[in-house]
Amino acid sequence: MDVLIEARWLVLSGTIVTLRVFVLSFLFAAILALLLGLLRQSKHALVCGAATCWVEFFRGVSTVVQLFWLYFALPFFGISLSAETAAIIGLGLVHGAYGSEVVRGAMQSIGRDQWEAATALGYSRRQTLFGIIMPQALIAMLPPLGNSLVLLLKGTSIASIITVPELTFQSALVVNRTLAVVPIFICVLLIYYSIAIAATWIVRLLERKLGRWRPQTLNIR
Amino acid sequence: MFDFSFAASIFPQLAVAAITTVFVTIASFLFALVAGIPLLLLRRSRWQIVSQTTTAVVDFIRCTPILVQLYFLYFAMPEFGVRLSPLATGLLVFSVHYGCYMSEVYRAGLEAVPRGQWDACVALSLPRVETYRSIVLPQMIYPIIPAAGNYLVHLFKETPLLASISVVEMMFVSAEIGADRFRYLEPITLCGLLFLIMSIAAAGLIRTAEFFYGRHWRRAW
Amino acid sequence: MIPQPFIAFSTVSKRFGARVVLKALDLEIPRGQKLAIVGPSGSGKSTLLRILMTLESVEAGSVRVDDQYLWRGGREQTTKATDATTAAIRRRIGMVFQQFNLFPHMTALQNVSAAPIKVLGKSKDEALAQARNLLARVGLSDKVDAYPAFLSGGQQQRVAIARALAMNPEILLLDEVTSALDPELVGEVLNVIRMLAAKGDLTILMVTHQMGFAREFADRVCFIDSGEVVEDAPPARFFDAPTQRRTQDFLRTIISA
Repeated sequence: MDVLIEARWLVLSGTIVTLRVFVLSFLFAAILALLLGLLRQSKHALVCGAATCWVEFFRGVSTVVQLFWLYFALPFFGISLSAETAAIIGLGLVHGAYGSEVVRGAMQSIGRDQWEAATALGYSRRQTLFGIIMPQALIAMLPPLGNSLVLLLKGTSIASIITVPELTFQSALVVNRTLAVVPIFICVLLIYYSIAIAATWIVRLLERKLGRWRPQTLNIR
Repeated sequence: MFDFSFAASIFPQLAVAAITTVFVTIASFLFALVAGIPLLLLRRSRWQIVSQTTTAVVDFIRCTPILVQLYFLYFAMPEFGVRLSPLATGLLVFSVHYGCYMSEVYRAGLEAVPRGQWDACVALSLPRVETYRSIVLPQMIYPIIPAAGNYLVHLFKETPLLASISVVEMMFVSAEIGADRFRYLEPITLCGLLFLIMSIAAAGLIRTAEFFYGRHWRRAW
Repeated sequence: MIPQPFIAFSTVSKRFGARVVLKALDLEIPRGQKLAIVGPSGSGKSTLLRILMTLESVEAGSVRVDDQYLWRGGREQTTKATDATTAAIRRRIGMVFQQFNLFPHMTALQNVSAAPIKVLGKSKDEALAQARNLLARVGLSDKVDAYPAFLSGGQQQRVAIARALAMNPEILLLDEVTSALDPELVGEVLNVIRMLAAKGDLTILMVTHQMGFAREFADRVCFIDSGEVVEDAPPARFFDAPTQRRTQDFLRTIISA
C-alpha cells in the first residue's frame, strides 16, 4: 500500500517538475525566437549573418547531447549548473532556434504590400516593423505554435537523462520499485498526452479570439 | 581547458560508434517509411470507426515522448514473454513513432496534388490503380521530400536516447569514456560536433534531392 | 416514333450542402448538336457538365446517355447506375477543364497518349502516332516533347483538347475552357474548337462566357440561371430577340462589360 502511495507522490512531483521545466524553457525559447527572428530581418549583413549561424548551429545539434554537455561538460569551464537549470537553458536554446524559423516564416508571410502601404503612409522602418508587421506576424505564428509546444513537451522528457526528477525520470523509478510496468507507463503517457492536448487547445483558443479578422481562421474547424 | 590530444585519442572509438548510430537511423527510417503506408490507408478508410481510431492512436503516439515509449516497451515486453535486444527494441519504437509522423507527411503530400488532376483522370477513364501509380504518386513525392528529410534528421538526433536502454551508440560511448577517465568535456564535445556535422550534411543532401527531383518538368515551383 | 434525344437531363436536382445548385432541371440534346451554355457564375452550368462526366452526384432526377441511365429517378429521388454502366458511359464522354489539368510530369505527347495506352489498350506505337497526329491538328507539332510548365496557357489548353480527343469520345464537354487564359491566347483555342465543330458527328456542350464565339459556332444556346433553364433558342433568336426578362438583363450586363 505504501508503495502505491509513494508511487502516486512520485508521479505527481514528476508532473510538477515537467510543467515547470516546460513553462520556463518555453518562455526562454520564445524570447530567443523573437529576438533571433527580428535580428535575421536586419539590414546589417553582420547581424543577420551572426543570427543565422546561431540558429543553424542550434537547429543542427542533438538536444540530448546538448543537455548532456551543459550538465557534464560545462563544469570543466568552471560553470556548474543544476540539472534543472541545464535542462531549461538547453531546451530553450534549441527550441529558441527552431522557434526563430517559425517567427521568420510568419513575418515573411506578411506580404510586401503591407510594407508598401506603410511606407506610402510615411511610417519609418522601425514603426512599420513593430506597429504593423509584428502584430500580424504574432497571430500568424499561432498555428505552428501548437506543434512547437508539443515538440518542447516531448523535449522535457529528455531532461530525465541528466537526472532532472521530471515525469519520465520518476516513472522509471516507480516501475523499478513497484514492478507494475504497464499501468504506470500508460498513466504517464496519458498525463503527457493530456498536457499536449491542453496546450494545443489553449493555442487554438487564442487563435480564434485574436485571429477573427483573418479569413484563414474561419476555415479552421 | 580542452585537451586536444585526448580528444584525438578517443576519436576512433566515437567513429566506430557512429556507425551504429547511422545504421540505427537508416534502418528505423526505412521501417518508418514503410509503416506510414498502412497507417495512412487506415486513416483514409471508409469506415468511420477505423479511421477515427487510427487517427487517435497516431495522434497519441506522436504527442507523447519517445523516451517513455522506449522505456515502456523495454520494461513491458519481458512481462509478456517477449525478449528483444535493446537494439531491436529501439528500432521497433523508432519505426512506429516516426511511422506515425510519416503517415501525416504522406497525407499532406496526397492533399497537395491538385483536385483537377483527379478530375482529369476520371474524364479519361483512367483506372484507380493507374491513377495513383502514374499520376498521383509522382506528384506526391515532391512535397514529401523536405518533410521526410526533416524527420530523418530528427530521428538521427534522437538516437542518443537509446543510450538509456544501453544501446552502444555514440552518446553511450562518450558517456562511458567520460565516466572512465573522469573527463567529460572532450568526449561529449566531440560527440556533439559529430552530430552537428552529420546533420548539417544530411540537410544539405536533402535540399539537393529536393532541387533535383522533377527539375525538368517543374518550373514555377 | 420520335427517336429519343441522345442526352437527356430530366428533373435533375443537385445541392452542395445547403446551397441548391440545380432545380429540377430539364434539358435534352440530340446527337451531333453543338450547344452553348451561358449564364451567371454559380448558376450550375459547370455542375451540369460535371454530373454528365460522372464527377458529381445528383439528388433527384434522371440523366441518360443514349440508352443507358447514369442516374435514374423522379423528382424526389434517384439511383445511380452500376459501376460497369457508369464506366461505359464515361468512356463515351471527354472533358476539357478551365484549369487544363494537364499532367505536369509528362510531356505533351505523353499526356495525349497515356490514356489510350492504359485504358484503350492501344500499343505504344499506335498511341504515339495518334498523339502526334492530334497535336499536329491543334497546331502543336513542334511542342510534342515539351512539359506543360513550359507551355503558354493557350498551348496547354490545346494539348488538353487533344488529350480528350485521343479517347475518341462521342460527346465533348468544354467547361469555360478560355476563362483562365490571357485575352490574346483565347483565339488559338477557339480556332481549335471551331475546327471540331465542323465535324458533324461530335456532340459538343460548351459552357462559355465568349458570347461572340457562342453565336458563331453553336446550333443552340441555353441560358441557365439559379439552377434552371431560363431560355433555350438558336443563337440568332437568343442574342437578337430573347424572350425572357432575365436573359435580357444578363445579355445587357455581358455586352456592356
